Amino acid sequence: MSGLEDLYREIILDHYRSPRNKGELPAPPARRTEGFNPLCGDEIVVFVNVDDNDTVTDIKIGGQGCSISQASASMMSAAVKGKTLTEVEELTNSFKTMMSIHETDIGGDDSVTSVESSATRDLPLGDLEALRGVVKFPVRIKCATLGWNTLTQAIDEQRNDTAQ
Amino acid sequence: MTSSDSTGFDVAKIRKDFPILDQTQAGRRLVFLDSAASSQRPQQVLDAMDNAYLTSYANVHRGVYQLAERATNLYEGARKRVAGFIGASSPDEVVFTKNATEALNLVVGSWGRANLKPGDAVVLSMLEHHANIVPWQMLAAERELEIRWIPVHDDGRLDLSELDRLLDGAKALSVTAMSNVTGTLTQLDQLVSAAHAAGAIVVVDACQSVPHMSTNVTAMGADFVVFSGHKMLGPTGIGVLWGRAEHLAAMPPFLGGGGMILNVTTEGFTPDVAPAKFEAGTPPIVEAIGLGAAIDYLESIGMDAIRQHEVELTAYALRKLTADLGSSIRIFGPAEPHERGGVLSIELENVHAHDVSQILDEHAVCIRPGHHCAKPLMRHFGVAATARASFYLYNDRDDVDALAESLVAARDFFAI
Repeated sequence: MSGLEDLYREIILDHYRSPRNKGELPAPPARRTEGFNPLCGDEIVVFVNVDDNDTVTDIKIGGQGCSISQASASMMSAAVKGKTLTEVEELTNSFKTMMSIHETDIGGDDSVTSVESSATRDLPLGDLEALRGVVKFPVRIKCATLGWNTLTQAIDEQRNDTAQ
Repeated sequence: MTSSDSTGFDVAKIRKDFPILDQTQAGRRLVFLDSAASSQRPQQVLDAMDNAYLTSYANVHRGVYQLAERATNLYEGARKRVAGFIGASSPDEVVFTKNATEALNLVVGSWGRANLKPGDAVVLSMLEHHANIVPWQMLAAERELEIRWIPVHDDGRLDLSELDRLLDGAKALSVTAMSNVTGTLTQLDQLVSAAHAAGAIVVVDACQSVPHMSTNVTAMGADFVVFSGHKMLGPTGIGVLWGRAEHLAAMPPFLGGGGMILNVTTEGFTPDVAPAKFEAGTPPIVEAIGLGAAIDYLESIGMDAIRQHEVELTAYALRKLTADLGSSIRIFGPAEPHERGGVLSIELENVHAHDVSQILDEHAVCIRPGHHCAKPLMRHFGVAATARASFYLYNDRDDVDALAESLVAARDFFAI
């Protein structure tokens, strides 16, 4: 089951069994955003606190999903805490580049231009590298990106609100 | 091998008619357990469709030449086969659609639009597929209709204790004959008589039942029955709406176009009579012929024999999975095989359905993870997704054993 071991790396199973930042934040002040994978019914809820310096001060993940969506969201929550929104966006782009998402049909505004890709490819992904094996299982890419798309939506809403 | 069960039902012989099942995946025999989503089709259906294209194809109902007449005869012959298969009193009560979803949209869009006004109530059940929910919700939003829901017991059977109250003043009851999630066979006798007593028409989504057991729409007593071809060994792109002649006669057209009119002037049009009234445009001609061939095949095996085979296989699967997986598995739906079809929705402890399906694929076992287009029901059960295995006439105990073995592997893979 060599293919499966590429998909289900030990660190992924660890995040699945012991998800980081699982739970809820009082909203408001936190922003609460829901994401859905219409294919499998997975639902994810991202709670995020952003301070006046555009820094993610806290994040919690709710909802339910498969090992890939849960582990990816767990790793994401650990990776983005303390980062600025711009840094989170860069990290998101790097992650999606790793997921080989060049299509626009993955949901949301996912089109990554080649310029952005080359500019962000070298950003260190740390534990998130473990999700690289998901690319070999195309139907699971949406599982891996569900949390990220939901966070992206939350950030977009945050920026729109701040701009007003 | 256990290809022939105690009923003498010869699965090995049947499987020879399904070339697609004769393949391996990474050295393992392919185990296809997703017929509730779409069945496979036998060589006989493919041959009938090939033959139609190769020897007898032209557009129907139009040409005077002999080729067109042969094509029309094959197409209308398929309608007669469908009518006979479901016990319709006339082929004119059989409308060909693209699929069951379109058939339901036709009922809602034509009958619903003509008969429902603001404040009217429609009754659905918690077991329904989205195809029997969303069209009603679309009309409800437009017409300010009330939608009432028949609740479901934890074992997947409908809770009919409040049925009369739910039906009080309702104009329509639209309900599944067999759940695509739990396999529940609904109590149609009671539902139909209660609805009619309350003055409501009855629409039956028979997608999961018609392929697997003998159906008689006249005895069922409903007003409309819908099902699709691709779940009953036929091709995709063909579905059926059966409707009582008096309803079809009174209903306005659904789609407009060629083939559905008697006359068109610059001032307007006069619709044809049913079923032509509801078949605008060139229909799925060869798909209908394929469905006719699928019905011939099913009748050659016998619907009662197919039902008995699936009841036995379901009983075996319930025993086998419970024995091999014990408390780590939850199987949705009625415990009694006679009260359900061969559809097993499974929750494996600590393993999400998506991951179950991934591990099973390594064992060449094809099942379906997800919400099965029944999100209200999934929410009721408190799960986002289940792993669903479904059986048909070409499945045997070897398939169930492979399912059990791969589920054990999935459980152990994710065990801490």
